[in-house]
Amino acid sequence: MTTCFPTLQFRADRCDGCGDCMTACAQAKSGTDNLAQSRIRIMPAANGGGPELALCRQCADPICVANCPSGALVKNAETGVIDWAGSKCVNCLLCTAGCSYAGIVYEAEVGHITKCDTCDGDPACVKVCSKGALEYRTEVRVFNEYADKEDLFCRGLSACHGCNSELLIRHTMRKVGPDSVVACPPGCIPGMGTVGYNGQTGAKVPTFHSLLTNTATMLAGVKMQYNRVGRDVTAIALAGDGGTSDAGFQSVSGAAERNDPILFICVDNEGYMNTGMQSSGVTPYGSWTSTTPVGGAMKGKPTEAKNLPVIMTMHNCSYVATASTAYLEDYYDKLKKAIEVSKTGMAYLHVYAPCPTGWRFPSSMTTEVCRMQVRTNFIALWEYDPANGLHFTHPVERPEPVKNYLKLIGKYKHLSEEQVAHIQRTVDDKIGYLRQLTQVKAGIADPKHSSEPLYRQTPQ
Amino acid sequence: MQSKYLIVGSSHAAIEAVAAIRMIDTDGTLTLLTRDAHLPYSPTVLPYVVSGRSQPDNVGLRDAAYFRENAITFVPGAEITSVDPARSIVRLVPGETWQYERLLIATGAAPSLPPIKGLSDVPFHVLRSMDDAVGLKQAMAKAKSALVLGAGLIGMHAAENMAKAGIKVTVVELQPHALSTYFEPNASAIIERAFTTHGVRMLMGRTLASVVRVGEGVAAKLDDDTVVDADLLLVCTGVKPNIAFLNGSGIETAAGVLVDDRMRTNVANVWAAGDVAQARGFWGDKVVNGILPNAVEQGRIAGADMADDAGVQPFPGAVPLNTYSFFGQQAISVGRSGGEGNEVTETGSDTSYRHIVLEDGRLVGISTINDFVDAGIMWQLILRRTDLSAVKQAFVANPQLTGRQLMSQHWR
Repeated sequence: MTTCFPTLQFRADRCDGCGDCMTACAQAKSGTDNLAQSRIRIMPAANGGGPELALCRQCADPICVANCPSGALVKNAETGVIDWAGSKCVNCLLCTAGCSYAGIVYEAEVGHITKCDTCDGDPACVKVCSKGALEYRTEVRVFNEYADKEDLFCRGLSACHGCNSELLIRHTMRKVGPDSVVACPPGCIPGMGTVGYNGQTGAKVPTFHSLLTNTATMLAGVKMQYNRVGRDVTAIALAGDGGTSDAGFQSVSGAAERNDPILFICVDNEGYMNTGMQSSGVTPYGSWTSTTPVGGAMKGKPTEAKNLPVIMTMHNCSYVATASTAYLEDYYDKLKKAIEVSKTGMAYLHVYAPCPTGWRFPSSMTTEVCRMQVRTNFIALWEYDPANGLHFTHPVERPEPVKNYLKLIGKYKHLSEEQVAHIQRTVDDKIGYLRQLTQVKAGIADPKHSSEPLYRQTPQ
Repeated sequence: MQSKYLIVGSSHAAIEAVAAIRMIDTDGTLTLLTRDAHLPYSPTVLPYVVSGRSQPDNVGLRDAAYFRENAITFVPGAEITSVDPARSIVRLVPGETWQYERLLIATGAAPSLPPIKGLSDVPFHVLRSMDDAVGLKQAMAKAKSALVLGAGLIGMHAAENMAKAGIKVTVVELQPHALSTYFEPNASAIIERAFTTHGVRMLMGRTLASVVRVGEGVAAKLDDDTVVDADLLLVCTGVKPNIAFLNGSGIETAAGVLVDDRMRTNVANVWAAGDVAQARGFWGDKVVNGILPNAVEQGRIAGADMADDAGVQPFPGAVPLNTYSFFGQQAISVGRSGGEGNEVTETGSDTSYRHIVLEDGRLVGISTINDFVDAGIMWQLILRRTDLSAVKQAFVANPQLTGRQLMSQHWR
């Protein structure tokens, strides 16, 4: 299997050219502040603007290595870093002829070529960047870990072009694995064929089509039966926001209160997208939907979305988290915890799933829309358990204005400036409220909650 | 014996072709034949083997494990004598034959010897193979004086090594200045001065009239009747592509094997790359561009094309390029030095030098000494014909910074 490697990411739009990264690099590599020793170079642009970057890209198919006559440069198969062995280097500089990035350069003061070695995967430059311009991106570990795992849905699911939910369920079930049983209430996920059509099933694991109203209880019952017969399976619900927040809520709420040992995933596309884009309880204020149209009187949904994941924390179930497919590493970490937790208690994952068809944005923009939800704080990534309370897993310290997110999406295109300002206030309030919750710590924990399953197996 | 892919040669062009083939075809039989007895190495490293900086057993570009893991048959000590494209076979010295589906000729080049009276009757060294390097190193240990014929890269490297080893060195060069293929006279002057300072006698614009054997060494008479005695004679007067075995094969050759932009020869299923190939020049006629980065690029193209890689990129044309270190100083040259109507700026001092050639506001050549520029970026600016009009002053004032800025913008 192909292995992918972490990488240093530079975001020019955040860089102010302060040069702290270069000083930190020079310090890490030579113990001095001599910038000639820095392996990263930030420059102004030739015609104003910028800044620009010169840095080793750790190419997958590196020409510097191909140009090396002495075997001093080697692409390390374990780390992905292009390693330089000073003892073998003959200082011929032919490597520099192979690089179009000025990632491997000669400085007379140093006396040999230099290049970034990522500080063994813990780059000094990233640690000192106070602007968020440099990041060390490690998401590829998800690919390395799961690319070879079996996709538990068949090919050719009939989801819309650019569907975020299809991406999500394929990822999810790769991680959950084949020892599982899936509940799908009516919604896009069964609609795209996961529960089957023409007598065939779209999933490679047992899947059942529950009602909108009974998914959580039915799944908990199925899980009990598996426990009875002594089979360790993950009982997982892949439900939409309608099947979770509206018609399905009483059963979800009951299962959470009882802390039933299931993994409930709410795929939140902010409405009933499968049946014609009707509004749901989590549709945000101002959204156009077929039941909250834009006309003379109504300007999209007049009421706010209820904050379902926060409501779920109030049930004191074992684990609650929010997630986004634009931050897969974060999602996989949470999914891992949720799978473990669901052996004994209820884990609830609320995954935000922008919908190109129902929200009116180009199908190529799905992941960008997901990313902008987080970067504007329109949604927040956090996790909660009764012992540790709520904390952010991807705090956004310098959020972009929410209008940058809203303007990507057709269902908001009618919004007046007042409405946008209102949404911005709501976003700020919501984040402020979550921040307060992070201070509570284990304050609302209930000792009822223990590691023992609430329902014990009854021997036959 | 037969192999789907048969590659003759084992240096940069050959091993890059191998990598490119394996990128597409992971299990088609692949065989490397080389007349050399060693694992693949670079001719470029040989001066450093001579100096002792590199060890002969520590400069391999690929090892046995690599060949094993990639299902490659490596056959050292296999010199081929002829190619028969009609039957898709090559013949080896002991009478063995190999059948191929696709053949790459990457046989490189061999020293070209000048027509000097008496040369064939005297002991002399060349420097192109590992055995040459080891032999020269051993001879240096015994020599007190040396004569280096040819002030090209190999000759200059060797002269420096010998001077550092305490040998009294004389360099004789037919051209009026050293490294004339890559550097302007003023740049060469800085390089020559470094050599003179270190006790090397630089006799430029001269040639040998004749040479005779004196004991273990030689006595050489120059064209101006100067006589130079030396314990050791090293002949570095350039190289010529190894193409003799192609006589009668129908494969077209001129100075080297003539190839198109995918390194295909005129004969079906036969490719050529590297120092042996004569391919498109960036500014015109087909040329043999015997430099390492050129071999890498051509090898990749040939390998990709041999494996039917749909992503194969045609050869953009050969650009002269070199990087050269001497006595701790650095010289870099990319592109060409002149041309009608070109805008040339030359700046420098006793110790540093910069020469920039622009054509219609676009870079066509740059050479520097002790003034590092990123050769890879300069090469790209030339190949892409990047318009520098808007930043011309900045570029001439600081080509390193401006080049980096421009390439960073390109990658945005």
